[in-house]
Amino acid sequence: MSVNALYDYKFEAKDKVENFNGMQLLYVYWPNHLMFCAPFALLVQPDMSFRALVDEIIKPATASHPDSAKADFLKAQWLLNDEPFTPNADASLIDNGIDHKSMLTVTTPGLDGMANVGY
Amino acid sequence: MAVQNKKLNLKDKYQYLTRDMGWEPTYQKKKDIFPDEDFEGIKITDWSQWEDPFRLTMDSYWKYQAEKEKKLYAIFDAFAQNNGHQNISDARYVNALKLFLSGVSPLEHAAFQGYAKTGRQFSGTGARVACQMQAIDELRHSQTQQHAMSHYNKHFNGLHDAAHMHDRVWFLSVPKSFFDDARTAGPFEFLTAISFSFEYVLTNLLFVPFMSGAAYNGDMATVTFGFSAQSDEARHMTLGLEVIKFILEQHEDNVPIVQRWIDKWFWRGFRLLSLVSMMMDYMLPNKVMSWSEAWEVYYEQNGGALFKDLERYGIRPPKYQEVANDAKHHLSHQLWTTFYQYSQATNFHTWIPEKEEMDWMSEKYPDTFDKYYRPRYEHLAKEAAAGRRFYNNTLPQLCQVCQVPTLFTEMGAPTKLSHRQLKYEGERYHFCSEACCEIFEHEPEKYIQAWLPVHQIYQGNCEGADVETVVQKYYHINIGEDNFEYLGSPDHKRWLSIKGLKPADEKKDAA
Amino acid sequence: MSQLVFIVFQDNDDSRYLAEAVMDDNPHAEMQHQPAMIRIQAEKRLVMNRETMEEKLGRDWDVQEMLINVISIGGNVDEDDDHFILEWK
Repeated sequence: MSVNALYDYKFEAKDKVENFNGMQLLYVYWPNHLMFCAPFALLVQPDMSFRALVDEIIKPATASHPDSAKADFLKAQWLLNDEPFTPNADASLIDNGIDHKSMLTVTTPGLDGMANVGY
Repeated sequence: MAVQNKKLNLKDKYQYLTRDMGWEPTYQKKKDIFPDEDFEGIKITDWSQWEDPFRLTMDSYWKYQAEKEKKLYAIFDAFAQNNGHQNISDARYVNALKLFLSGVSPLEHAAFQGYAKTGRQFSGTGARVACQMQAIDELRHSQTQQHAMSHYNKHFNGLHDAAHMHDRVWFLSVPKSFFDDARTAGPFEFLTAISFSFEYVLTNLLFVPFMSGAAYNGDMATVTFGFSAQSDEARHMTLGLEVIKFILEQHEDNVPIVQRWIDKWFWRGFRLLSLVSMMMDYMLPNKVMSWSEAWEVYYEQNGGALFKDLERYGIRPPKYQEVANDAKHHLSHQLWTTFYQYSQATNFHTWIPEKEEMDWMSEKYPDTFDKYYRPRYEHLAKEAAAGRRFYNNTLPQLCQVCQVPTLFTEMGAPTKLSHRQLKYEGERYHFCSEACCEIFEHEPEKYIQAWLPVHQIYQGNCEGADVETVVQKYYHINIGEDNFEYLGSPDHKRWLSIKGLKPADEKKDAA
Repeated sequence: MSQLVFIVFQDNDDSRYLAEAVMDDNPHAEMQHQPAMIRIQAEKRLVMNRETMEEKLGRDWDVQEMLINVISIGGNVDEDDDHFILEWK
């Protein structure tokens, strides 16, 4: 489908990777931890390692949840853009196939949030 | 004695205004005068079939509007002279007004612009007159709301720069982009979006139960502007219904186009009103009606009657209505806990509901509150008591279409986010729901340009890279005054002082 | 399925007469009082008559005067000099 317009309606996407000054966007969703209302939107370096992403960004982002300290994200189950994904901890995000505006979903078996309702 | 001219009846007066004031152009082509009338594919065969059931003419319009204004301003004056702000139920209530002034009043102004522009595009006189009156109404709403709330601005924080905030603050991009979407559509889509889907189907939820709630919380000024605005709304709603019937009766080819617009704009409006759900359940200290009850009366019941009436034109209820109906059990709670965790970046305060309020919610939401949401507040209260009031220090993913954080859950699975994503021309896009994703797929060229506040911050377009700078410098939210937790805020302290609950160091009671 | 039409008035002096007139003319209607407002709903159809209103008020009354006090309506509107009608057909 296409927009119905008065003229040839063509504009650039607002959030192309070129607009992020060498960085890229990454979304991270930790299911069953709805204390964080939505997936995180993160600004990351494409060449940072997956391990650094976990240690330097995801761990601090989730730190206020009681499950965070117990979570071993590197050994958790990952999805990349809804497809099963096995990260290489020492490779860069880009080499892991994590491109601009990708979404990672990380499930930590045994850590299912609070109150048995995924909070 | 000469016989007096017989007074014209309503129908004759309206006929003179809307027929005989129009004419067929002779030295310009009609297409050149009304260039936007056809491109949406809507076929109008006979504009003279347009009927305004109120048959309001300009003389009556001015007369009744003037009378409404007189009544309204008499109450504003009385409210200010009596320090009405001191008689509200609780200062937490004022936070609903902060959201209203920065989120809703600018939409009234956008509606004014929208109707002024749209009215110009119709070759039918009746439609032009109706749009002109509505444009003036909407301007009046924007102005009277600002007047009413200016009194609160003298006594509470967060109300000082609403128009500026509307253009910039992250959650205010939800209402702003909603109206921008409508205003950049063609004239018939605009009317279907605003007059029908929004005014007729959805605004009752804001202006009727919420305003009744304002009265119940002692806010005379707000209930009065609310109901005064809504008295125009009754006319707008009627116009909304007539517009739809008129378009559908003109040509059968219009039916699928209108159906898609109804599907789209019902959903867009529903997402926008998620803000109202939390205003009703959480921001009115004295409760009148829950969001879920209001949804049942003003959507399920009224909407049901309406869409049954429209069946004869081949129109069915909005495609994602079932999802919206199911969400009534969850919406306000999911929204409030979202704003609670991002209060560092809002022009209003948030708080944990008091015990009686939570009991009220248990009663109103028997299947969901105690199971899913009470535990959230118990945890948050524990954290706050330990000096760790929870703020989410990362930014949330936003939906590319409605621009709300992707916080909503799947129908029937309230612990699972209803996230969707797709790729368009090599770029990835993320959505809060199937419905928003589908709206994108119909008009991707439009939504790829969305000004998403989170992404704009990350691109460096908001005067700073850290939340504090963005909030203070770019949003004009005064840190430590307008934002954060309600308990212990300057508003809270001021309220205690007004109520004589602590030494009256800044008491402002009238002599 | 039930198809209700409704009208909501501001709860003020004018509206009390309006509500009374509506209830007189529509025995099947139901009236609800909520803070600052009066809501009247009825199956399929509600009629407001100028004549009934004039009797209640003891003065001339223009049907359009109700625009000042009405907050919301649901149903198809038909208005002329003598009536204001809300209905689902």
